[in-house]
Amino acid sequence: MKAIVTTVGQDQVGIIAGVSQYLAQAHINILDVSQTIMAGYFTMMMAVEVPAGADFTQLATELTSLGHTLGVEINIRNEQLYRAMHQLEG
Amino acid sequence: MELAKIQETLRMLNDEKLDVRTITMGISLLDCIDADSTRACQKIYDKITTKAAHLVEVGQAIEAEFGIPIVNKRVTVTPIALIAAASETTDYVPFARTLDRAAQTLGIDFIGGFSALVQKGYHQGDQRLIAALPQALAETDLVCGSVNVGSTRSGINMDAVADLGQAIRQAAQQDVMANAKLVVFCNAVADNPFMAGGFHGVSEADVVINAGVSGPGVIKAALEKVQGQPLDVVAETIKQTAFKVTRMGQLVGSQAAQRLGVPFGIVDLSLAPTPAVGDSVAQVLEEIGLSQVGGHGTTAALALLNDAVKKGGIMACSHVGGLSGAFIPVSEDAGMIDAVQAGTLSLAKLEAMTAVCSVGLDMIAIPGDTPATTISAMIADEAAIGMINNKTTAVRIIPVPGKQVGDTVEFGGLLGHAPIMGVNPASAAALIERGGQIPAPIHSFKN
Repeated sequence: MKAIVTTVGQDQVGIIAGVSQYLAQAHINILDVSQTIMAGYFTMMMAVEVPAGADFTQLATELTSLGHTLGVEINIRNEQLYRAMHQLEG
Repeated sequence: MELAKIQETLRMLNDEKLDVRTITMGISLLDCIDADSTRACQKIYDKITTKAAHLVEVGQAIEAEFGIPIVNKRVTVTPIALIAAASETTDYVPFARTLDRAAQTLGIDFIGGFSALVQKGYHQGDQRLIAALPQALAETDLVCGSVNVGSTRSGINMDAVADLGQAIRQAAQQDVMANAKLVVFCNAVADNPFMAGGFHGVSEADVVINAGVSGPGVIKAALEKVQGQPLDVVAETIKQTAFKVTRMGQLVGSQAAQRLGVPFGIVDLSLAPTPAVGDSVAQVLEEIGLSQVGGHGTTAALALLNDAVKKGGIMACSHVGGLSGAFIPVSEDAGMIDAVQAGTLSLAKLEAMTAVCSVGLDMIAIPGDTPATTISAMIADEAAIGMINNKTTAVRIIPVPGKQVGDTVEFGGLLGHAPIMGVNPASAAALIERGGQIPAPIHSFKN
């Protein structure tokens, strides 16, 4: 399943490393990354491929607690959510 | 996918309280009919708890995966007056207890369908159901009831209107919350996922999933960006926002149906508020330009809002149904409560507003000593608006024993709190005591 991981928070050392490391150990492949600093806030979107059969609820919970550790807010959502809202096809 | 679009969706979810109000499973009980009422109740319990066994679990999985709250998971059933009519019993309260027990087992928020359709006359089951309403609603927690008393094709059953005035008074004596779970309709719809008026119509499939969206906070936030611009821009902004909100309902509803292995029915485009600050239809109207909802101009602003929500929502989903309009429940909307307390919003203005939106006099607390005939007359007025304008109207009115205008009553949760509103003291007793049927209007004869 394709999903979007969003990370927002105060910029600091190690955010990308922390998120990427978690995704790697969860066998989640990163397909695309876009990142910017908006008004001092670190904002990153990652398009990822979640392996079939992965427990999505557990994944979301673990990413939320990783966010607490890194001092940022991390969410993972099925990509279809964004497609449904912004695209007429697919 | 562009960063800006992802951020827009996140802002709607995180800051503007976007949610899906409900996924509702409609279940036909026609195959549960039995001459023995105990056996009928067992069949009903078994069918509901089997068909909806995974409803809550699937709802929660979708919430986790898409990060969008589904505030309620509900079930609607075939109107019980039709199911129970075949059973050799005069007491329909056990049917309500069965629905309640099934709902508790499933862990759902509400179950709707303790209902009767009496727009053109009573059968025995209808009268027994109405007689059971006060006790059934007072004794159960999650059961919602409704009665359709009129339609554009049939006129208004004024005997039922009179009986319901009495039933509402009796229910208030037993439990003040009972009437929060009872809706009296004209032109009731068979695929309504919202409560308390939801039931599963006899022409529906055996089992179906319907979805209801919400989103006043999102519409208000969008309108904040077009302050001072012409109303054409306002309408266009509402349409575009309603489209996006409705796409969420379509996505969540179709996902739920697919995972539960049942057909997907409709998305109800109703703009449903909650008592939370920033999730108010009244505040949307105020953003359009009213200093407070209830003043002159309210009906015009509401007409624009209601129409634009529908236009935006219709292309966003495969099938639209249910009530599909802006809800204006008083106790469930912080802006409406403020307007009543400020003296800006009256019952008379609310009635005018119901002519241009769904659904009617909704969640309105009135003094407990309001005569039953006055309550009946309020129902008759709303039903007349629905009948003549070919639209659904409803009354969910709550007499509060011991309270007078100026007092407040607390309902809790999604139902909020309500100031007691003043009722016109002039009696309509002679009108109600006539009984009979208001004939179908001339424009119903289309064939």
